[in-house]
Order: sequence, then C-alpha cells, then structure tokens
Amino acid sequence: MEYLELKNARSWIQAAALLIAENAAMLTQLDSSIGDGDHGENMMRGFKAIEKKFEAEGAAPADLSALFKLVGMTLLSSVGGAAGPLYGGFFLALGKATAGKDKLNKQELGQVLEAGLADIQRRGKAQLGDKTMVDALAPALQAFRERSDDDLAAALQAAVEQADQSAKATIPMLARKGRASYLAERSIGHQDPGATSVAFLLHALASACQTGS
Amino acid sequence: MPELVHTGVMKKLINSPQEVVREALEGMEAAHGDRLRINYEPPFIARKDAPVKGKVALVSGGGSGHEPMHGGYVGKGMLDAACPGQVFTSPTPDQMFEASKASTGGAGVVHIVKNYTGDIMNFELAAEMLEGDGIKVETVLTDDDVAVENSLYTAGRRGVGLTVLMEKLLGAAAEQHASLADIKKLGDVIRGTGRSMGMALTPCTVPHAGKPSFELPDDEIELGIGIHGEPGRRRVKFASADAITEMLMEPIISDLPFKKGDDVVLFVNGMGGTPLIELYIIYRKAAQIAKQHGLKIVRNLVGPYITSLEMAGTSITLLKMNDQLCKLWDAPVDTPALRWG
Repeated sequence: MEYLELKNARSWIQAAALLIAENAAMLTQLDSSIGDGDHGENMMRGFKAIEKKFEAEGAAPADLSALFKLVGMTLLSSVGGAAGPLYGGFFLALGKATAGKDKLNKQELGQVLEAGLADIQRRGKAQLGDKTMVDALAPALQAFRERSDDDLAAALQAAVEQADQSAKATIPMLARKGRASYLAERSIGHQDPGATSVAFLLHALASACQTGS
Repeated sequence: MPELVHTGVMKKLINSPQEVVREALEGMEAAHGDRLRINYEPPFIARKDAPVKGKVALVSGGGSGHEPMHGGYVGKGMLDAACPGQVFTSPTPDQMFEASKASTGGAGVVHIVKNYTGDIMNFELAAEMLEGDGIKVETVLTDDDVAVENSLYTAGRRGVGLTVLMEKLLGAAAEQHASLADIKKLGDVIRGTGRSMGMALTPCTVPHAGKPSFELPDDEIELGIGIHGEPGRRRVKFASADAITEMLMEPIISDLPFKKGDDVVLFVNGMGGTPLIELYIIYRKAAQIAKQHGLKIVRNLVGPYITSLEMAGTSITLLKMNDQLCKLWDAPVDTPALRWG
C-alpha cells in the first residue's frame, strides 16, 4: 500500500475508538497505579464524542485536514486532564500538516506524524525517558522512518512493534512529568498509561492502512 | 433503571457515575439559582450578574470532587466563574474560554490555576484562544504544597489549600476594581508567601473508577497527600492528632518564607471525610506550634473548603499577611460556601 487517503484516516479514528473502548479498563488500571485513574475513561469519552460528531454531521469531513481538525478539537473539548490538550494538539498539528493534501505517501505520513510529536513535546515539555507518551511515539516514528521502502503498511507494522516494545520499556523508568512524577521512585515498575494509549493509536493506524483496506 | 455500580465496593449517594458532575450542577442551580447562573454546554458556573462592567474577571476551575472549590466560591467578592471538570480531571479549554467570555467586563481576565499538568495545559490553551479574541488574560498559579520535595524532577509543587485563600483575596481586590496588572502582582505575592501540607487517613473512590484510588493499611497514614490522593512524602504509622499536626506544621514552617513576628492566616482544611470536631483538635495544636515559632495568627479558617471526595484527613495552610491582605480578607464575600461582611 502506497498512500493513506481520507477513507483510511477515517477508519484509523474508528479503529482507535474501538481499541480504546476495549482497553479502557486496562488504561485506567495502569493510570491508577501511577496517575489518577482516569485515562481510560477520558480517552473513551473523547473518541465517543468524535463518533457522535461524525454521525451528527451526516457525512465525513471533506478532506484529511478537516478530519484531523475535527478530531483534534473534539478531543480538546471532551477529554480533559493532560491527555486532552496533548492528543487534541497532536491531531490539530496533523490537520495543519495535511492542509491541501488529499493523500499521503510514506514519507509525507512520516512528516505529518512528526509534526504531531513536535506539538506534544512543545506542550508537554517532555524529553525521551521522562516516562510519557513521547517514549512510545518518538521511537515508533523512528522505526517508521528507518524502513527504506515505500510500503506504508510495512512501515506502520515496524512502528507498531516498536511502540509496543517502547511502551513496555517505560516500566523501569522514573517518571519526571505529570502526576506520576510525584511518586518519584514509586513510579518505577509500572507501565506508563500515555505511552500505552499511543501504542493503541498506532495499532489502529496500522490496521487502517493494511494492504487491501 | 438505575445503573448497578460495583455494589459491595462503592457506596455513594449517586445515580450514575457518568452523571455525577451534571447532576451536582443541577443541584447547585436549584439551590443557588438566585446568585449563580449554570451553563451546561460547556459546563461553567458564573455569577448571576456577570459580566460586571469595568471589573477584572476572576475565573478558576479544576477537576470536580473538591467541593466547595471552585463552584462554591463563585459570587460577589470572589470568583466570577468556575469551570468544573469531570471528577479529578481538568476541565477543557472550551469551558474556560466560554466562562471567561461570559465574565469579562472589559478589564481583562485572571485565571487562577492550580499547578497540575492538565490544568496548566488546558488553561494555557484557553488563554491563547482568548488572546486571539482580543481579551487580555493573566494567569496566577498556586503551587503551595511543600510535600513535593524535589520540584526540579517533578511537575513541581501542587496547588492546594492556598487556592481558597487566593480566590478570596484576589476576589476582594477585583471587587474593589483593582487593575489586571495589580491583581496579577498581588497573586504572585500570595503565591510566594503561602505554604501547605496535607495528610490522609483513608483513600477516596472516584465514582467512575469504582474502587479506592490507593490502598492504605489500617495502621498507616499518607503524609503529604495531594488533593487527588497523589502520594506524599512518606507513609508513617498512625499517630495522635497532636503528633500528626507536628508532622504537617514542621515542613511548612521550615520552608521559606516565615519568620518570627510574621502575621499569618492559619487555615485548617478538612479533606471531606473528617468531621469539624477533629479539625478543631488539629487547629488547637497548629495554633500552639505557630505561637511557639513567634507567628501571630491574625485570621483563620477552619472547615472542609478544598476536599478530596470522602477522603478522611486534613491539610494545613499558612499565608503571610499584612494590612492590605487583612482588609481584603475582611471585605464582604457572598458565595454559596463563603459568606461574610
């Protein structure tokens, strides 16, 4: 598969909504250990709100940029906590980066996702190793970039595998950002819920871009 | 059909975990509709007479579950509007944007923000949106929790008890038509000279989580707890009220900026599940300790003003006072939860 088109972007969001809903209890469980136990519930509320917007507006947004903007604004106004501005900002950045484009090749998708990562880092001020979303997203995008061929599905598969591995790799980390940072040493030994929901989002993206989809 | 919610684990006076915030707002509207206006989409609580022309608007907000903060402090002499998030979850930028728009009397808006990652980011976004609409916004932070020792490698000290005092004092200044710049300056002074620390005897249960946010053995207490049940400095063996008061007062007093001869307000807060009779036992000892250190208590506040659902426990806040702050403290306030003068 060579390009991500509007229909793939739409199935990405739908697949993400499903995955988040299926795993909301698990995300909340992770968040209860080192945060405030609301990540699953908040993300589920956000993606449900997106589905409602899709239904309410009748047709899907007309292009990639409009779709990502709608997703970003909806997450911003429905998720709350830190995840709301971070994920909301991520999709708004995707919306900006896709302005005027109706499809993205592998290189373009890489750049668009990098723009999303940059927004998360700007707002959250997190560095690699702080035990946050960045610890799954940055290595996953690197794995995506390092695939030299143009096959989107294969590159996304590499990204997903890296994200899963990197999310697990947050377990021994000491949290330096967000509420988990108040635990200091007690944050060690728990997987970061934000890094975990990043991995779910990438899984959803990969499944929406499988060859033949 | 009422939803069956984790029977045997959680026993709360609710109808459905998902409706807690909205139904509580409806209750506030029913009880205080004479002085408050409740907006539901997006949710915020505003003064009935907002916007007050020519006055700086004070807007705060945060996760629900800390009642009466913040909605109970909306009214003459305190906040112009408050944005309730889901329980223990920061509200969203659209709430702060709409609440600020509804409150601005043309003299600018001050956002009072507790130092939590989510609150900071959401208020920051709202401020950007408001500036885009030509509305001047200043932000005053509270980060008074001395329990957070290493603020360099964490999200920094949390905003806790001082927030209540901040809202009262800045609210009085705004009511007297102080300028945006002066309120911001005063807020930063208060931020720099107030310190708090809390403790928990028991955890609390977020309605949609259905089980306690942490576990605490029967013979232990969490010293330095945050208002969402974030862990504090350490767990210690359960002790007498006097001993616990000492454990709270020592880190507060040894932290800057208190010195012998200072005037202070002493605020003993209940976390939600601790009765007033116990808070007075804490106040008794805290006042003794303050006096031993040469601090003069010129004003005080005792009661559950910034809570963590049904958590049992207390927090103590000390703020340095002066004549100007005492006048602002005594100025009339007319809100559901704080009313005098």
